[in-house]
Amino acid sequence: MTNSWTDIKNTDLVVVMGGNAAEAHPCGFKWVTEAKAHRGAKLIVVDPRYTRTASVADFYAPIRQGTDIAFLLGVIKYCIDNDKVQWEYTKGFTNASFIVKDGYGYSDGLFTGYDESKRDYDRSSWDYVIGEDGFAVTDPTLQHPRCVWNLLKEHVAAYTPEMVERICGTPKEKFLKVAEMISECSSPTKTMTSMYALGWTQHSHGAQNIRAMAMLQLILGNIGVRGGGMNALRGHSNIQGLTDIGLMSHLLTGYLNMPTEAERDFGTYMSSRVFKPLRPGQTSYWQNYRKFMVSLQKAMWGDAARADNDWAYEYLPKLDVPAYDVLRMFELMHSGKVNGYFCQGFNPVLAFPNRGKITQALSKLKFLVTMDPLETETSRFWENHGVYNEVDTVSIQTEVFQLPTTCFAEDEGSLTNSGRWLQWHWPGATPPGEAKPDTYIMAQIFLRMRELYRKEGGAFPDPILNLTWDYSDPNEPHPAELAKEMNGRALTDLRDPADPSRVIVPAGKQVLNFSQLRDDGSTMCGVWIYSGCYNEAGNNMARRDNRDLDNTGTYLDWSFAWPLNRRTLYNRASADLQGKPWDPSRKLLEWDGTRWTGYDVPDIAPNAKPEEVGPFIMNQEGVSRLFTRGMLRDGPFPSHLEPFESPVPNVFNPKMRGNPVARIFQNDVSQFGNSDEFPFAATSYRLTEHFHYWTKHNRVNASLQPEFFVEISEELAALRGITAGGWVRVWSKRGSVKAKAVVTKRIRPLNCDGRVVHVVGIPLHWGFTGSAKKGFGPNSLTPFVGDANIETPEYKAFLVNIEPTTPPEVVA
Amino acid sequence: MNMELSRRGFLKVAGAGVAGTSLGAMGFGEAEAAVAAHVRPLKLANTTEARNTCPYCSVACGIIIYSKGDIRKKERAEVVHIEGDADHPTNLGTLCPKGAALKDFVSSPTRLQYPMVRKPGSDRFERISWDEALNRIARLMKDDRDANFLAANDAGVPVNRWTTTGFLAASATTNETAWTTFKVVKALGIVGFDNQARV
Repeated sequence: MTNSWTDIKNTDLVVVMGGNAAEAHPCGFKWVTEAKAHRGAKLIVVDPRYTRTASVADFYAPIRQGTDIAFLLGVIKYCIDNDKVQWEYTKGFTNASFIVKDGYGYSDGLFTGYDESKRDYDRSSWDYVIGEDGFAVTDPTLQHPRCVWNLLKEHVAAYTPEMVERICGTPKEKFLKVAEMISECSSPTKTMTSMYALGWTQHSHGAQNIRAMAMLQLILGNIGVRGGGMNALRGHSNIQGLTDIGLMSHLLTGYLNMPTEAERDFGTYMSSRVFKPLRPGQTSYWQNYRKFMVSLQKAMWGDAARADNDWAYEYLPKLDVPAYDVLRMFELMHSGKVNGYFCQGFNPVLAFPNRGKITQALSKLKFLVTMDPLETETSRFWENHGVYNEVDTVSIQTEVFQLPTTCFAEDEGSLTNSGRWLQWHWPGATPPGEAKPDTYIMAQIFLRMRELYRKEGGAFPDPILNLTWDYSDPNEPHPAELAKEMNGRALTDLRDPADPSRVIVPAGKQVLNFSQLRDDGSTMCGVWIYSGCYNEAGNNMARRDNRDLDNTGTYLDWSFAWPLNRRTLYNRASADLQGKPWDPSRKLLEWDGTRWTGYDVPDIAPNAKPEEVGPFIMNQEGVSRLFTRGMLRDGPFPSHLEPFESPVPNVFNPKMRGNPVARIFQNDVSQFGNSDEFPFAATSYRLTEHFHYWTKHNRVNASLQPEFFVEISEELAALRGITAGGWVRVWSKRGSVKAKAVVTKRIRPLNCDGRVVHVVGIPLHWGFTGSAKKGFGPNSLTPFVGDANIETPEYKAFLVNIEPTTPPEVVA
Repeated sequence: MNMELSRRGFLKVAGAGVAGTSLGAMGFGEAEAAVAAHVRPLKLANTTEARNTCPYCSVACGIIIYSKGDIRKKERAEVVHIEGDADHPTNLGTLCPKGAALKDFVSSPTRLQYPMVRKPGSDRFERISWDEALNRIARLMKDDRDANFLAANDAGVPVNRWTTTGFLAASATTNETAWTTFKVVKALGIVGFDNQARV
């Protein structure tokens, strides 16, 4: 989230698209209700299903899953055509005026530079013209035919209301109503918030879904303001934190990148991370990259990370592929190339696509270790449960360790919510039996491995032997010690560069925040964006002062928000070019002639003059990007792409399947289905009574929603002779499940380009462990393909067939 | 915590007041005092409280865990009730149908209690001690790492990559657990490392 849950009360218009907050985030959705009741805000829902969020909306429009980009580019076109643009913001705070190189273009559904054999673009033409002074060339009048604004106008020209109806199945008049309501928020005194979740991410073009809305929000002037923003609701209590801390194949902490093997030494690695400003006077904050990187290496390896050994750069593994993401790992496992696997609170048998392939892959492992407070389908993947898990137990040679862990009620520490608040929690219960905290388990694995390497030697033991492990109890580090490591401290006295006689931070003391980090080895810091969370003032994540000055919704003294306790990202953009709030009644910051003051921590240097320094300080341009250069693999602008399994061809290029640059493994090609064999468009989702595969272990929630079902329209039920409450078989190219049919008016067939498209809804909460009845998840059916940029699997749009059937055999 | 007295703490003090002082002083007559004397103290009056957050979605609603026993005094503590934290700015005390049933998560019949091992080809889990399990896991890891660790690529560039063992991190563990996990996994050279955000 750029903003916070409590900020939603400040909005005038909520657009829920790609999510279903009323059911999946009920207590956060309260702030939408608050905005409706007390501000007169309106709510728009665009979704294939008439959800409970839709049921309280002011306007609902149906859409075929996977076509959000066409809808949103249609809205952008509407805003441009009708002069509903926040011009001062668009000209001042976006790259609308930047001139793009000759050579960039778009036709037949493809951008320039496409190489079909590589399934990749040569992105070199997707960039700015750079002048002799080294800066990007701009035309502030927006007259130049190659400026971003004119290229955008050209790019969205095809997305007329008629085209939106053809692609999305949204009736033209409903689309126009939504576009008209959204366009009103181009007024500097009206804001709109976008609330989205996995309905946008779980597509082979998920990143571009989100970019399309971000672009719309930028031309409406809604980023950085109260009641605005791009708000990713996020599905789990700490995926924000785990991602911030870099627990991903391609990341290090705080969005630093894992090195690749092309970056053979630290100098080479840093050479592509200079982040020189692309416009005069811009902050380009990533210029501090080296400070954060060296401080991380010092946190990891202490005295073993020195200037004369490239800060132990060699210790870091180097990637030979963009990422060893979960799809790639399970592909490798399926090919017999992985021997050991750990699942820490993760249940891939229900969480990853093409479950048949997942189970086969796990069966080839030598060992599997699960760490979880609950039984999972993954730890018991070898156990035969009839139709619910048909495996040949004896033939599975995997050794499985099931380690019991504590849960929230028994552990201490912080979680990062979707609004980036790091909230500390305290334990209230004794763990059951011999359950242990994950910190104990990880410490024990490490200490035992280190001991083995000390005794026996072995493959490159240095990063293991030298890993910093100076905890008061090495067997189980205390959460407070770990949090202090993430915050960082001075290793030698830090002196004021302007006055070396003055010590700013004495050796051994916590740094105040990341502004004190250095690249000479004198500071250590585990997670730079979290720096400030536990400094000499104490544990700021444990702060519980819930006062809110002037009811802005910022709650600056409640917990700690990264970065620097800032509650709204890009908040400098809440004021105009001179530094006056666009909407005085919704002030966040104001330039008082010498510095920025207001309700939030400024997202800019406090003394940066408004006319000189742009608000988007993380970008080299100082402004936001409508045109994203070569930073995404599938285009500098979003463009309409069909899902890999679509009921209709792509209207711009009927031969093109899915996202032309998404990675496909050869083994999966034969497992994509076509609409002649699988005519119905399926999607997956959560119910409000359940959380993933956890709450089926709770008797209360298992009673509330005891049984797997699928949802279909009355029209599809009639077409296939399905009765409400009757058993159906749903199958795709990859698997087959049996379910009870819920026949509902909440799903209606769509008309796309002359074809009737029926939607099948498949909730995701059942398996073969727990208190609920045994059932299946959508992952038995979904394709093994991910987003072209980040490899999030395409769960939200795939093809199935459906027919009435007999009940499944009863399994004990 | 900067709140000297929590909401339930206030009720607790108020409850003790009812039991221990003459209600006459507060304007009640003797009849009311007799009735009040028979009123049992609140069920929660003898519990300890812990401020926590819901582990499900990312709204991160504040919750209060009420337990019999005080783990801060190293006593055995068992959860008897969980409710929304009315002081919390986001949820203001409310919980959804999942959060309201959190106690059932903690005491689920399928909560795991002991380390277990399933041997190759076996149809059952068997108890194993922590020591045995952890030693065995470390042995399996080291043997795999030593056999398959790639120190340099074909061009002789150090790559220090271990691709044959992978690690999936969670979605609801603390940041402090995450940092511990990050340190260990990256130091071992494991590159097949993701968390729930990938999905």
